[in-house]
Amino acid sequence: MQENPTNSNPANTNPANTHSIPYAVLGTSRISFPDNDPFHASATLATEAEIMVYLGYPHLEDHSKRAILVELDTECLGELTGEHLGEEGSNILGFARYRNGTDDPSPLVELVKQKNSRPEAIAAAIALFEAAGLQVAVCNDHLGRIIDRLVRPKYNAALRFLDEGRATQKDLDLTCKLGLGYPDGPVERVVRGGLVHHYHITTVLFEGTGASGYAPARRAIVAAKRERN
Amino acid sequence: MSHSITTIGVCGGGGTMGAGIAIVAARAGFKTISYDRSPDSLASARKQTSQFFDKSVERGKMKPELRDEALARLTITSDIAELGACDLVIEAVFEELGVKHALLKQLDEVCPDHTIYASNTSTLSITEIASGSKRPHNVVGMHFCLPAQLMKLVEMSAGILTSPETFKTAWALTEQLGQIPVETRDDPGFILNALLVPFNNDAIRAVEAGVAEAGDIDKAIKVGLGYKMGPLELIDLIGLDTQIRLCEAFYGVTLDPRASAPPLLRRMVAAGLTGRKSGRGFFNYGSNAMFGA
Ligand SMILES: NC(=O)c1ccc[n+]([C@@H]2O[C@H](COP(=O)([O-])OP(=O)(O)OC[C@H]3O[C@@H](n4cnc5c(N)ncnc54)[C@H](O)[C@@H]3O)[C@@H](O)[C@H]2O)c1
Repeated sequence: MQENPTNSNPANTNPANTHSIPYAVLGTSRISFPDNDPFHASATLATEAEIMVYLGYPHLEDHSKRAILVELDTECLGELTGEHLGEEGSNILGFARYRNGTDDPSPLVELVKQKNSRPEAIAAAIALFEAAGLQVAVCNDHLGRIIDRLVRPKYNAALRFLDEGRATQKDLDLTCKLGLGYPDGPVERVVRGGLVHHYHITTVLFEGTGASGYAPARRAIVAAKRERN
Repeated sequence: MSHSITTIGVCGGGGTMGAGIAIVAARAGFKTISYDRSPDSLASARKQTSQFFDKSVERGKMKPELRDEALARLTITSDIAELGACDLVIEAVFEELGVKHALLKQLDEVCPDHTIYASNTSTLSITEIASGSKRPHNVVGMHFCLPAQLMKLVEMSAGILTSPETFKTAWALTEQLGQIPVETRDDPGFILNALLVPFNNDAIRAVEAGVAEAGDIDKAIKVGLGYKMGPLELIDLIGLDTQIRLCEAFYGVTLDPRASAPPLLRRMVAAGLTGRKSGRGFFNYGSNAMFGA
C-alpha cells in the first residue's frame, strides 16, 4: 500500500544529481526518441558517458557505467540479458517511452527492472529521464509492461462492442470521454494508433499469456491481413 | 400516442443518484416529485439540494430567481400515490431486482397508462426489470453517471419489449434535461461499466502479479494516456466492496474472466481496506480524508 495516489517508486525521492549525468545514445530509435528528439542533443560521447542508452541496437555489458538502458518494443528485458532462475538483474535496465502506435511519443517512460537490478542504476535512469522532461513509471519485466497490459484488452472489448452493435463508434467513444473524462475514446484511439500495430501487440500478449482478453480483435486481424495482401 | 412530459417522478430520491437526478429535472424546468420510502433520507437530500443550488448561485452558474423557482418545482414525498401525477418516473432505488419489481408493481397501480418508467440501473437487465410491470413497453434504461447533477452522460437502452415510442420520448426528454444521451443495448454494463469494471480488475491483477506498484500503475495510465485518475485511485473512490458487487453482477451473467473479482480484491475487503471511505485501499488516505481534500 502506498501513502498517496501520486507518488511513484521510492527511487524517485532520491534522484542522483539530476542534470549532470553524462549519457551517450547509440542506435536509431524504433519508438522512444525519433532522430529529431531533443534527447539526442544533450548526449555525449560513449567514452565520457556514465549512462549508455541503446536504441534498437545490440547493447554491450559494461559494469563501470551507472546504468545501461536498452530500449524495448514488445520484448522482455530478459530476452536481452538472459534469465537466471528469478535472480537476474544488473546495471542493465529496459525502457520504452509509451507511444500509441503512430501518435507522437507521450511523456511517459516505462522503466523495466529485474529482481536484482541495481538501485543506483534505477535512480540514475529516473534522474536522466526526468531531467529530459519525462515522467517515469517503474515496472518489473512482464509482457506488455503496464500500459499495453492494461489497455489492449479494453481496446479489444470496444472493437468487439462495435462488431456486435452494442453502440456506434461515436457513442462508444463519447461515453468514455463524457463518463470517464478520457481525452479520447477507445475506438478512435486504437484506430488512430493503427489497428495493425494493435494486432502485433495483442498477438505477442496472447501468445505469451494465453489470456482470452488479449486475443486480437476481429477488426485488427482484418487490418493485418489486408496489409499483408 | 405520445404524451408531452410535464411532471417527472424520481424513486429513491433520498439516495445518492436519486437526489442528483431530481436536481437535474427541477433545474431543467420540470415539476419534480421526489419519492423515497425513507423520509429522513428525503429531508437530508432536500437540504443538500438547497445547498447545491446556493453554491450554483454563488459561482454565478444560476440566477437567484431560477434557484427559487427550481426549489419550488421540487416536492418530496413518502406517499407513492403522489407519483400518479407523473408522465415519467425515473427509478433509482436499491440495485436489487426484487426491489425494482415490487416498485413497478406499485407504480402500475398509481400511474396512468402513458407513464414511462425509466430505470437508472447499472448492472441489471432492462428487460428483466420491465418484466415486473404490466406495461413492459413503457420501460426504458436511463443510466446517469455519478454525480448526476454534474455529469452530462446518460446511457439509454431499450429492453426487448420497450416500444419505439417510449424510447423516442425518453430520448427527447433526456435532451430537454440538458443531458447528453448515447444509445446502447440492454447488455450487461451497457458501455461504461462494461469497459470500466474489467479494466479496473486488470489493474488490480497487475498489482497482484507484481507488475508494478500501485503508484507506478496509476502514474503510467495518467501520464501515458491522459486519464484524470488512475484505475487504482478510482477503485479506492468507488469502494473495493462496491467493485466486488459489480464483479459479481457482471461475471454472473457474462462469465468473462476479466469481470471476475480478483482474489486480491477479496482479501483487501476482508481486511477492511475498502478504499477512501475506510482511509485505506490501494493507497493510504489518513483517517478521514475527503475526496478532493
Ligand atoms: N452510486 C452510483 O455510482 C450509481 C451510478 C449510476 C447508477 N446507479 C444506480 O442507481 C440506483 C441507486 O443507487 P444509489 O447509489 O443512489 O443507491 P442509494 O442506496 O444511495 O439510494 C437508494 C435510495 O432508494 C431508496 N429506496 C430503496 N428501496 C425503495 C423503495 N422500494 N421505494 C422507495 N425508495 C426506496 C432508499 O431509501 C435510498 O434512499 C441503483 O440502481 C444503482 O445501480 C448508481
